[in-house]
Amino acid sequence: MFSSFMVNAWIVATLVAIVGGAIGFFIVLRGSAFIAHAIPNGAFAGAAGATLVGASTLLGLGTFAVLGALAISLLGRRGRRDVATALALVFMLGLGSLFLSFGVGYANSAFSLLFGEVLGISTSQLLPTIALSALSLLVLAMMWRPLLLASVLPESAQVRNPFRLELAFLLLVALATTMTVPVVGTTLIFSLMIGPAAAARLLSARPTTALVLSISIALVIVWSAIALSYETYWPIGFFVGAASISVFMLARAWSRIQTAMASVRRISHGQKLGYESNVS
Amino acid sequence: MHTILRAIVEPGFFSSYAVQLAAAFGGVVAVIAAGIGVFTVIRGQAFAGEALGDMGSAGGSSAYLIGVAPIWGFLGISVAASAVMELIGVQRARGRDLATGVVLGAGFGLAALLLYLGMSHPGTTGEIPTILFGSIFTLSSSNLPIVLTLGAITVVTIATLYRPLLLVSVSPELAAARGIPVRVVGASYLFALSIAVALADLTIGAILSTALLVGPAAAALRLTSRPHTAILAASGIGLGCTWLGLLLAWDSYYWPPFRHGWPVSFFVVTLVLISYLLSGLRRRGGSGSGA
Repeated sequence: MFSSFMVNAWIVATLVAIVGGAIGFFIVLRGSAFIAHAIPNGAFAGAAGATLVGASTLLGLGTFAVLGALAISLLGRRGRRDVATALALVFMLGLGSLFLSFGVGYANSAFSLLFGEVLGISTSQLLPTIALSALSLLVLAMMWRPLLLASVLPESAQVRNPFRLELAFLLLVALATTMTVPVVGTTLIFSLMIGPAAAARLLSARPTTALVLSISIALVIVWSAIALSYETYWPIGFFVGAASISVFMLARAWSRIQTAMASVRRISHGQKLGYESNVS
Repeated sequence: MHTILRAIVEPGFFSSYAVQLAAAFGGVVAVIAAGIGVFTVIRGQAFAGEALGDMGSAGGSSAYLIGVAPIWGFLGISVAASAVMELIGVQRARGRDLATGVVLGAGFGLAALLLYLGMSHPGTTGEIPTILFGSIFTLSSSNLPIVLTLGAITVVTIATLYRPLLLVSVSPELAAARGIPVRVVGASYLFALSIAVALADLTIGAILSTALLVGPAAAALRLTSRPHTAILAASGIGLGCTWLGLLLAWDSYYWPPFRHGWPVSFFVVTLVLISYLLSGLRRRGGSGSGA
């Protein structure tokens, strides 16, 4: 499991979990799960286009991810954001189906782009992944305070240019997508951006604690998924998806128990003081 | 006159059986998807529609693993996924996005496993493009009874719920104050949506399913604020985009670069996007009061 050809998989999966967990924190906070789905899947069409013209997959993914982010931002300024996201996504996929009809022999790489080939990562893929993940984390660190403010209090007067901030965030998702899709696939990065962050947010209301929790959960999920995938030969995306929803459900149950216990304590405290309690 | 027509419509378009069948299926599905889409857009559930479509197509593609017809795979996954979304909390606007996302992530994981197990079977490597992009020209007329039945279930559900659903979608608080069971209405709507999406997946593919659900309805809601008119307009736009897309795909058979036709989904999606953009122009150029 830790033999030489697996080392790359462990390194890349760790990077992806850190970036996915960190960006996912904001995705969950902002309620942008649709965007986290649309940009990687739309970018997938760019990979088909790149195959067609003979460019590198990374370039195709990057171009479509950035164009998708720009399109969602532009369409979303006038009109509903989920409609804008859906239309940008289906248009990119429509282009993808056009590229696919021009090219041949794409089915196998389609599977690996959708569901990932984390066990087959070459050393030449390692450097761009490390560089792009460092860049993503740097950009996220620079945006941390304004983005947090804009996500929690979108109406606040201190949020000077919400559209520019939104666009910057979309471009950050595009950057992370470009880096992760070739190595882990669109489905895996989506699960990693949603499940751990959603669970973390239920477990802690403090931003930094939730961020650290989100990254930690993502790391545990990815590491155990690699181990299970190595043992069973089943796709890693399955284990990541199953673990993500399980962690989310557990966190949900935990937060419900906490709420229930808190209200029980409040009621018994109230009775001790002789108040009528109307906590439902 | 005849030569102009020949230039626009390649010969054989109206006499081809495959085209007639595609036009019939595509037309029925486009009208239903666009009509139900008006509620989807008002309720802000575009993501739920897209997620149900994606998961349904993955379910349909793996239905042969357990030896049932694809339609039961599409339906089973789509209905089950909508039930889980409802349970996790799709009814609250804030939790909706997240519940959909969590279910979609799990659904994709399951799809990865099923497709992997399916790929171990011989002769299924060509499945993925078909799953993703669908093909309206490969339907057989034996699907017609199923399509019509499912379409009828969707239409009847929405027609029965029409007034309460509208109120619940526009103002859940007011609906609750009037004694309307908000959650039951929302869940029934999601059920109808999951059937409509499964239907669209089967006939026109996952991409077009989302495009026709969201695009025409969003365009119609920019043109009018009256629900009746919006539903009619959305159905008209959906039907127009689908049929025009079919025509263009037929014409494109002789276009470069490969002379084997461009995909229908590309044309329909482009037309849907254009109609949405045009509807925005009209409102901007109109009274100027646009809310």
